[in-house]
Amino acid sequence: MNIDPRPSVIEERLKGVKRVIAVTGWKGGIGKSVTAATLALLLAKKGYKTGLFDLDFAGASGHLVLGAKGLFPKEEKGLEPPVYEGVKFMSVVFFSDNKAVPLRGANVSDAIIELLAITQWGELDFLVLDMPPGINDAALDVMRFARSAEVLAVTVPSVLAHDVLARSLELYKKLKVPVLGVIENMSAGGKPKGANAVIRRDPGLERALGHPGALLKTAFARDLAKAAARLGIA
Amino acid sequence: MHEWALAESVIKTAVEHAASEKFKKLKETGVVFGELQAIDKEIFAFALEELRKQFPAARDCKFKISVEPAAFRCKACAHEFPLKGLRKTKDEAEFIHFVPEMAHTFLKCPKCKSPDFEIAAGRGVGISYLKGGR
Repeated sequence: MNIDPRPSVIEERLKGVKRVIAVTGWKGGIGKSVTAATLALLLAKKGYKTGLFDLDFAGASGHLVLGAKGLFPKEEKGLEPPVYEGVKFMSVVFFSDNKAVPLRGANVSDAIIELLAITQWGELDFLVLDMPPGINDAALDVMRFARSAEVLAVTVPSVLAHDVLARSLELYKKLKVPVLGVIENMSAGGKPKGANAVIRRDPGLERALGHPGALLKTAFARDLAKAAARLGIA
Repeated sequence: MHEWALAESVIKTAVEHAASEKFKKLKETGVVFGELQAIDKEIFAFALEELRKQFPAARDCKFKISVEPAAFRCKACAHEFPLKGLRKTKDEAEFIHFVPEMAHTFLKCPKCKSPDFEIAAGRGVGISYLKGGR
């Protein structure tokens, strides 16, 4: 007999979370992390109790978007995520000393289960998950353990991204995972194909990364706030 | 004291399995600590005693803790190696304690220096057996 005890407490750890929003998109470099982190900041600014969990272990970048430095979870019957700009933030970077995390699929799964089992999120209105690109262990584990997760899909105006997105949406439908909608990021304007909301390309965004105050003042954040409202998030 | 969260997972799983096995009484649970995670036995045992109050079905259960040595197998050169002798700082050991997969960030195959190895044994906390009365 060899029983893994950790999954038994994951539901318990998430029971105080009202909504789990999984920010996904199956291509890399389309703005998932910036969308997830900015959405978390927007929700926190509106007064919602918000958490952000960076699940992109190989390319963790939520901390860079937030400009979160020198943070570490508090040990208290598990790990309590540090609060930064009103957002409870958890990321593998707390444990990697800013070094590469070269994990195979099964290891990613084990690390995600470990963090889900030991992280004490407490009461939250929203837990925003920054998903890695593609459908892989992280995505499958989230669907397995955070059964109430709603998908917020991000795409960009590219035939490649659109085609991959269409396949991902088909899978979510089969798996009965609710999809809040599709946001077309880096849009040139106009009516996007297959998206419910747009975020226009914002030349000022790059400079604002790492500065939450400046980030919330960008056109990107304004468009995202409109998109979030349109998609029934807040 | 992040051991508390793992102790809770052990006692909850033991109680749930005892129920599914239709045990009238949960008598003993075998708990295995993987050497890699370096769980503090005293803190873990203290947490179990506290948690026992919340799980009446485990009130009289003995928790027998054993440590499984860590064993690694390199995917690059097939070398098999133990934890002993692998160099890590105090901070790195702490990171591995929280998330054992961080071994791939901080440890390397002693033969070929690859971080692409398998943790073949002794990773983290597990349950090895349950004994109960029907």
